[in-house]
Amino acid sequence: MMEAVVVDGVTKEFRLRHARSLKDLAVRRMRRQRVAERFYALDNVSVTVRQGEAVALMGMNGSGKSTLLKMISGVMRPDRGTVRVRGRVAGLIDVGAGLHPELTGRENVFLNGAILGMSEAEIRRKFDAIVDFSGVERFLDGQVKFYSSGMFMRLAFSIAAHTEPDVFLIDEVLAVGDPPFRRKCKERIRAMRAEGRTMVIVAHDIKMLTELCDRGLMMRGGQVAYDGDVNVAGEMWREDRRARRAGRTGQAAGEPVGRPG
Amino acid sequence: MTALTSAPLQEPDASGGLLEVFRRRYLLRLLVRRELRARYKSSVLGLGWSYVRPAIYFSVYFFIVGQVLGAGDKLEDFAVYLFSGMVLVNLFSDVLHSTTRSITGHAALVRKIFLPRELFPMASTLVSLVHFVPGLLILLGAGIAAGWTPSPGGLAAAAVGFAIVLLLALGVGLLLAAGNVFLRDLEQAVDVSSVVIMWSAPVIYPWTLVRDTAPAWLTDLYLINPLVTAVSLFQRGFWLPGAEAGFTFPPDLGWRALGSFVFAALVFAVGQRVFAVAQRRFGQEL
Repeated sequence: MMEAVVVDGVTKEFRLRHARSLKDLAVRRMRRQRVAERFYALDNVSVTVRQGEAVALMGMNGSGKSTLLKMISGVMRPDRGTVRVRGRVAGLIDVGAGLHPELTGRENVFLNGAILGMSEAEIRRKFDAIVDFSGVERFLDGQVKFYSSGMFMRLAFSIAAHTEPDVFLIDEVLAVGDPPFRRKCKERIRAMRAEGRTMVIVAHDIKMLTELCDRGLMMRGGQVAYDGDVNVAGEMWREDRRARRAGRTGQAAGEPVGRPG
Repeated sequence: MTALTSAPLQEPDASGGLLEVFRRRYLLRLLVRRELRARYKSSVLGLGWSYVRPAIYFSVYFFIVGQVLGAGDKLEDFAVYLFSGMVLVNLFSDVLHSTTRSITGHAALVRKIFLPRELFPMASTLVSLVHFVPGLLILLGAGIAAGWTPSPGGLAAAAVGFAIVLLLALGVGLLLAAGNVFLRDLEQAVDVSSVVIMWSAPVIYPWTLVRDTAPAWLTDLYLINPLVTAVSLFQRGFWLPGAEAGFTFPPDLGWRALGSFVFAALVFAVGQRVFAVAQRRFGQEL
């Protein structure tokens, strides 16, 4: 099996800017306050995903899992290290980022399909399948802003799931939607796996992750804390959550919650 | 069915910049259509606004500057003169206005899905060009009514003037689009500058006014502005053939056209390069 995703020694430093306007900058400079703070979202992370693997990415908020996913999708560049991917990457990163509320469902299928890298012919060929899977036929010619959040989600997932990417990235999408649709999503993901596609999934639903994936990657503070059996990673996640909850109730303010993403 | 790809391992954001935009023409077309629709959503007049806006501007300048202040007496067919410069300068300002907002306006998309980022300023520019067409048609109609007939030389001059404006606007627009990600003030600055841009070129007044009143060095400086050359070329194309003698264009217009074109191409190259480097940080800055 060949590698599908190679993340090699990737470090990403974020600067949390306190000031953006000139006035703020000047005031902060004069008071000798810091203009920006730095922290590592990813700290020397190396991961290799082979073709056909399904990897669950776990971790608390701010552990760097979404940043890692953004690196793989190409939205962000590493400060150090390299990310390389084989074939087409597509993903559901945040719900319906590519759906435009003013356009109808039908127009969105074409626009979002094109955004995710499909050609016009490809979208036309898959149009019926996409609509059928999403179950929003009746509202196809209505503007998406009038959709319920469930319909919105279903359409977004359906478009992305039909792009036939080589590497499919899923971030926190499966949390929404009703149980029957979630079951359908899971089936679709299994079918895509059976076709040999590579998946990287971020979710807080550990039970679902352990069902869908066999490899788990647990992230803590921008580093890979564990890489192996998905059940072990899931256990570690539960531990972290317990620790965080205990920490929150134990201390008044506690440690500031890391920036999500 | 097996779907294993044997494509090489590549960086996920390895895109060919502007070339990649042409490879994704279909998406570009959809983005243009979406922007057109979004701009005129739930407005009765719709695209008709692109006729109304220039018409109003035109009327104001025509009556105030042309009739009240009397510039129209000195220039034959003042209406055509005024309009030929105005459509071109409006195109320039409009491209700057919309490209500046093109990346920040699509922040949700830029932050979440990797696309060749050049797509957005390109789509904005194309939308501006769509709005330019009605103005151009009105200009042709008015020119013909004033006795203008197309000549190869005139059309060539107009084409060069158009090319200068488009290249310059795209180049500056790419710089502004990237800059606005880091410094949102640019939006306001660009809006304010549109008035300055309008008056910096001989649109409302003849360039000879500057020659006759300003010192020589200032006139030279004024004539360096590529927009002055572009506007003169456009007037040469659409206005002069219908007007009578007694008006001279800036000296060495041919050489100025060449110089301005080279300069505009240079600005475009720099803008494209800077944008390509800056876009690597869009994902985290937005």
